[in-house]
Amino acid sequence: MTKVLMQGNKVIAEAAIRAGCRFYAGYPITPQNEIPEYMAERLRQVEGGVFVQSESEVAAIHMVIGASAAGARSMTSSSGPGISIKQEGISSMAACQLPAVIVNMMRGGPGLGNISPSQGDYFQATRGGGHGDYRTIVLGPASAQELADLTMDAFDLADRYRTPVMILADGMMGQMMEPVVFKEPEPRAYPEGLIMKGAGAGKRKIIRGLILDPLALEEHNWMLDRKYRTIARQETRCELFRTEDAELILVAYGTAARIAKGAIKRLRDAGIRAGLFRPISLWPFPTNEVRDLATRIENFLVFEMSTGQMVEDVRLAIQGEARIGFFGRPGGVVPTPVELANVVMRRYDRERGITECC
Amino acid sequence: MMVKTLFAGFGGQGVLMMGQTLAHGAMSAGYHVTYLPAYGAEVRGGTANCTVAVSDDEIASPIASELDNLVVLNAPSLFSFQNRIAAGGSLFMNSSIIGVEPSRKGIRIFKIPSSEMAEKLGNPRAANTVMMGALMKVTGMVPPDIFLSSMAAVMGSKKKSIVEINQKAFMAGYEFLK
Repeated sequence: MTKVLMQGNKVIAEAAIRAGCRFYAGYPITPQNEIPEYMAERLRQVEGGVFVQSESEVAAIHMVIGASAAGARSMTSSSGPGISIKQEGISSMAACQLPAVIVNMMRGGPGLGNISPSQGDYFQATRGGGHGDYRTIVLGPASAQELADLTMDAFDLADRYRTPVMILADGMMGQMMEPVVFKEPEPRAYPEGLIMKGAGAGKRKIIRGLILDPLALEEHNWMLDRKYRTIARQETRCELFRTEDAELILVAYGTAARIAKGAIKRLRDAGIRAGLFRPISLWPFPTNEVRDLATRIENFLVFEMSTGQMVEDVRLAIQGEARIGFFGRPGGVVPTPVELANVVMRRYDRERGITECC
Repeated sequence: MMVKTLFAGFGGQGVLMMGQTLAHGAMSAGYHVTYLPAYGAEVRGGTANCTVAVSDDEIASPIASELDNLVVLNAPSLFSFQNRIAAGGSLFMNSSIIGVEPSRKGIRIFKIPSSEMAEKLGNPRAANTVMMGALMKVTGMVPPDIFLSSMAAVMGSKKKSIVEINQKAFMAGYEFLK
């Protein structure tokens, strides 16, 4: 197992290739352009690899639908504005139960916004994003190593549950270089019978998202819902950092969680026993795990590079059992650990707890 | 230990290469490391910079609010970043190109005529590597032998003669500061 120094975007692309991804379609957008650049080169080298720089994001996601239906491990990537355009196709994939991996390297929004790292796409990612009753598995990596591991896992999850999986990271994760070790991928287990490759002498197969009979569509919705409930039961992931003796919990994911870890070291030096709860699966949200913490810890501060999105999931999970404060820096601003530590010291009082709520 | 170093200069001076070789070298020496380039709507001929964090513990933020070391290859970079150096931190400047004195006080200043030194070795473009030699001499972050093999790895696709000149440039910078 050799350690290599690699840029985050390229880590995702290499992990995808190693996981057996053989189809990529995408349209350029900063800060994720190294993904298509790397995929163009690597898919040329591997057997059966196909790379398409499509004419638009809509085209890219629909090419991914086609490749997925035809049995290829497929991926597309973009940043906020491009991901918005792909929602139609993501909704279709959820309806048709087709696996694929979609990468969103978030940048400042709304609209075209800017190209700096941000976490403003949490609602869009975790609430489905497109129309209709569906969910998307969303994974939030916080290091190059997790970009590699979670990208490989994303392909497995997509196959296992026959559903699109999103990697939700940001421009900083994409641009930063860190050491990474690529793990051995699991062999693919995707039922041959699901693949569209011509009926031949066998039975005709149809994949469709248009179900005109309301009763039939209702049944389809409930069937998808049962699947999402299974995912919610089985696939939550989180990291607990120095929570054993904590009096105050910071909740953050991705880049924000790294900053929070730096802040926690400073807070501990100042005598405040802070810990971190880091959701890794953003949907399904690790509700039970954060609720467990709230049974013994009274103070939570949610930190996001947005105006406050994940904080709603924390509130839903904790249900009034603890005080929840919020600190956010939207628009592409990446605060320092020192700044976050100062905010916590200003808002947290040992006697009264988190004093300034959102 | 946590050391944050920012490299800056004109695009084309090998600023990002300096950061990558340090990051690779520090990784090979067993440290945690992050490398973050400034990215954005950059223009050809504009300035480039990157930040490398080296630590024996997990690195929280790859961004540096305060710099332990600043390496600048041109004057605009000196003006932009000298005030970000922590008190007692170090400034390494390419004195062949930067004719002005730094206004910053309370730091260690190392002036290296790296462009002239590189030119004498036969390739003025190796000025960045001369600076790396000086930086490694002063900070001791990465032992020279590990640094040189990392540099060869990062420059992997380049011509052998270019790698050789850079090895000489590194040693020239390393020996320049006593």
